Amino acid sequence: MTGLETLPPGLAVAVAGLLVLGSTLTLLGAVGLVRLRSFYDRIHAPTLGTSWGAASILLASILVWSWAEDRTVAHELVIGVFLMVTTPVTLMLIGRAALHRSRSAGEAPEDET
Amino acid sequence: MTRLLPHPLLSLGLLLLWLVLTRFSLGHLVLGSVIALGAGLVFARLEPAVPRRRRVWPLLRLAGIVAVDIVRSNLAVAWLILSDGRNRRSGFVEIPLRLQDPGALALLALILTATPGTAWLEHDRATGVLLLHVFDLKDPEEWRVLIRDRYEALLLEAFG
Repeated sequence: MTGLETLPPGLAVAVAGLLVLGSTLTLLGAVGLVRLRSFYDRIHAPTLGTSWGAASILLASILVWSWAEDRTVAHELVIGVFLMVTTPVTLMLIGRAALHRSRSAGEAPEDET
Repeated sequence: MTRLLPHPLLSLGLLLLWLVLTRFSLGHLVLGSVIALGAGLVFARLEPAVPRRRRVWPLLRLAGIVAVDIVRSNLAVAWLILSDGRNRRSGFVEIPLRLQDPGALALLALILTATPGTAWLEHDRATGVLLLHVFDLKDPEEWRVLIRDRYEALLLEAFG
């Protein structure tokens, strides 16, 4: 880490806050993934990590590196865009596989709550 | 011109992305341009119809609304996971959509996935019905109205 010890206190607090918020949300998503009961409930939990969890960690990174003037913020923006664009693909793949399984097992997924 | 550059915006965007991710140099400019042109040609093979012009203003408004919704539903779902949500009931909602444009549908899927608490499961092209799973379902009708008025209306405006 280069020159992080010279980070102004106000900025450091903001960055730390964002990091804690982001990782807490991601952790909660992971906890939900383990603890929720039905499959369709569990697919909701990780979206905490892929939405605000990721966004606030990326924001923290943007703050630090634009202060350090090491490079532009473009990397974080690109990571964010790719995360948003690719998550639905996986979600639909897994979700439709589950639908297919419950339908071929003869149960309408609509009844399962 | 159009044969060599079927998707000018896509190619330009890719070139800019390439230059931003690497350090700017003449070599990268050439390499990035080649890749951008190639990708544009490949994309033209995949999707013959060049998308119609979109209105930008409704999309910007939609982006603002979605940003707020993502924060709100993050808090809501985080709280439900923490409090163990004894009274919470999740369930499926079938939502008839008026959207036809594949780009608009993709955008709606993106929005619903990025907002915790809703999961896009299946969309039937023929009937236009979307099967959505909602984490905290109180009233299915509420969700139909919300998606129709809050997101779909703006998307129709932008892609119409």
